[in-house]
Amino acid sequence: MDFIALAISAVKIVGLVFLVIMPMVAYAVWAERRVSALIQDRVGPNRVGFQGLLQPVADGLKFILKEDFTPKNVRTGYYWLAPALTMVPALLTCAVLPFGSQLFGEPMVIANLNAGPLFIFAIASLSVYGIVLAGWASNSKYPFLGGVRSTSQMISYEISLGLSIIPVLMILGDLNLGRMVQDQSVNGWLMLPLWGDRFSLKGLLLLVPVVISFVVFTVSMFAETNRLPFDLPECETELVAGYHTEYSSMKFALFFLGEYAAMIIGSGLAVTLFFGGWSLPFGWLSWDGKADLPWWQGLIHMATFFGKVVVFILFFIWVRWSLPRFRFDQLMRLGLVFFFEIAVINIILTAGIMMLVK
Amino acid sequence: MALVVRRPQLKWWEKIYLPVIAKGLVITMRHFIRTLTGRTKVTMQYPEEKWNDQLPEHYRGAPALVTDEQDRERCVACQLCEFICPPRAITIIPEEIPSEDKWAKVEKRPRAFNIDMIRCIYCGLCEEVCPEQAIFLRKDYAITGESRAEMVHDKARLYEIGGRRVGLVNKWNDLK
Repeated sequence: MDFIALAISAVKIVGLVFLVIMPMVAYAVWAERRVSALIQDRVGPNRVGFQGLLQPVADGLKFILKEDFTPKNVRTGYYWLAPALTMVPALLTCAVLPFGSQLFGEPMVIANLNAGPLFIFAIASLSVYGIVLAGWASNSKYPFLGGVRSTSQMISYEISLGLSIIPVLMILGDLNLGRMVQDQSVNGWLMLPLWGDRFSLKGLLLLVPVVISFVVFTVSMFAETNRLPFDLPECETELVAGYHTEYSSMKFALFFLGEYAAMIIGSGLAVTLFFGGWSLPFGWLSWDGKADLPWWQGLIHMATFFGKVVVFILFFIWVRWSLPRFRFDQLMRLGLVFFFEIAVINIILTAGIMMLVK
Repeated sequence: MALVVRRPQLKWWEKIYLPVIAKGLVITMRHFIRTLTGRTKVTMQYPEEKWNDQLPEHYRGAPALVTDEQDRERCVACQLCEFICPPRAITIIPEEIPSEDKWAKVEKRPRAFNIDMIRCIYCGLCEEVCPEQAIFLRKDYAITGESRAEMVHDKARLYEIGGRRVGLVNKWNDLK
C-alpha cells in the first residue's frame, strides 16, 4: 500500500517538475524574448523551428556544449554549491502548489501540507543563500556587490511578502493551499467576489484589503525573484552580470532557470491565493473537496490553473519591459518604509472589517 | 551663478506611483499590439525577403566585366583599375591579341583578370577610371564563398556577372 502511494507521488513529482515546470521555464525564456521584442518594435528569435519555437532546445544545447570554466581564485566548494542552491528551492516550493483539483481520485498536489504558504516562504528564503554564496565564493568585486545587494533586498522584501498574505489567511481561515482553492471555488475568488458567499457587503468590502495585499504581494514577489524593476543583484549596467558574472555554461544556466522557476512558482502562488487556483470563475465546475470528480473535469481544472499561471508570467514579462530599474535606496525605502507599514495597516483593516461587518 | 534645476512638482497621483506605472504599461502594451498586428514596420527578414527590388539605381555592388554588342571583351588590359584600386584587389595579367584574331587591331586583352572580393571595398574607382567602360559595379551584394580561393572572382566569373552591355554606353549617362 505504501509502495503504491510512493509510486503515485513519484509520478506526480516527475510529471509536474519535468513535464510541466521545466518546459514552462524553457518557454518562459522564449516568451520573454519574443514579447520583449514585440514591445520594443522588433521581431525576436523566429529562426529555429516555426516562429522560433525550438529556440529553447537550441539554447539548452548551447549551454551544455559550452566550456564549464571555473576561475582560479574561487572557493570551489561554495562556487559549485551556489547554482544548485538557487535551482533546488525554486523547484521544491512547487511541492505544495495545488495545480489541479482531482484526477482519478488523486488530489493534484504533491504534498498536501497544512502549512502551504509557510512552507513556500521557508523554502523560498533559502534561495537567497544561492545568490549570496555565488557572490562571496566568486572572489570578484562585481559578484560580491551583487550578492550584498541581493541579501539586503531579499531579506527586506520577505517581511512584506509574508505580511501581505496574512489578510488572505485571515479571510480564508486556512493554511492548506488545496482547501483555500476549494473555498474560493465555491465561495468566489478573493479578487473577484461575484458569486457564492463572498457576493455580499462583507465580501465586497474585503476586496479593498485584498487588492492592497495583492499589490504588495506582487511587488514583493518581483523583488524576491530578482526581476526588473528590482534586478539590482544582476544589474548589468553597473555590475556586469552581478552574482553570476564568474559563472559559465550549465552553472549559469542553473541560475537562469532557477530565476524563471521561482517566477513560475511565484505566479502559481499568486494565482492560488488571489485568483482561485484551478477554479473557473462564477462557480462553474466548482468542487468542495467532498465528492469524486470525473476525470475530464480534473483536466479542465489543471488547464485552468496553468492558463492562469501563463497569464501571470506574461504580466511579469510585460512589467519587466515597461519599468526602469529602481535605485538601491529607493528600493530599500519602498520595501521597509512603505510596504512593511502598508502590510501591517492592511492586517488591521482586514481584522476591523471582519469584526464589524457581519 | 549656479544653475538651479527645477524639480517638477509632482501631483498626488504621480507620488503614489502606481497610476504612472499603469500609464507606462499601457504604452508598452500599445507597442506590443501594434507590432503583433504588423502595424509597426520591423526589420526586413533578410534571407526570405531580398533587397533586389529596393536597391537604388546608383547602388555599388560587385564589380564585373562586360562585353560589347559584338561579344568582344571591352577590357583592353590597360591596368588603370589595377593601379587605382585602393585595397589592391584587382590583378591583371595582360596578353597580346594574336594577329589572326578578329580583334587583332585592339592589340591587348587580359589573360587573367582577378578581383579578390575579400579585399574589394566597393568604392567604384575602377569603374570611374576605366577608359573603355569595361568594368561596372553591378547590384550583386551577397558575395559568399567557403574558401579564400572561392572569393577570388576570375575572368569567367566576372563576365558571368557582368554579361553583355549593348548600345552606346556612356558611363556618365543614366543607363548604368
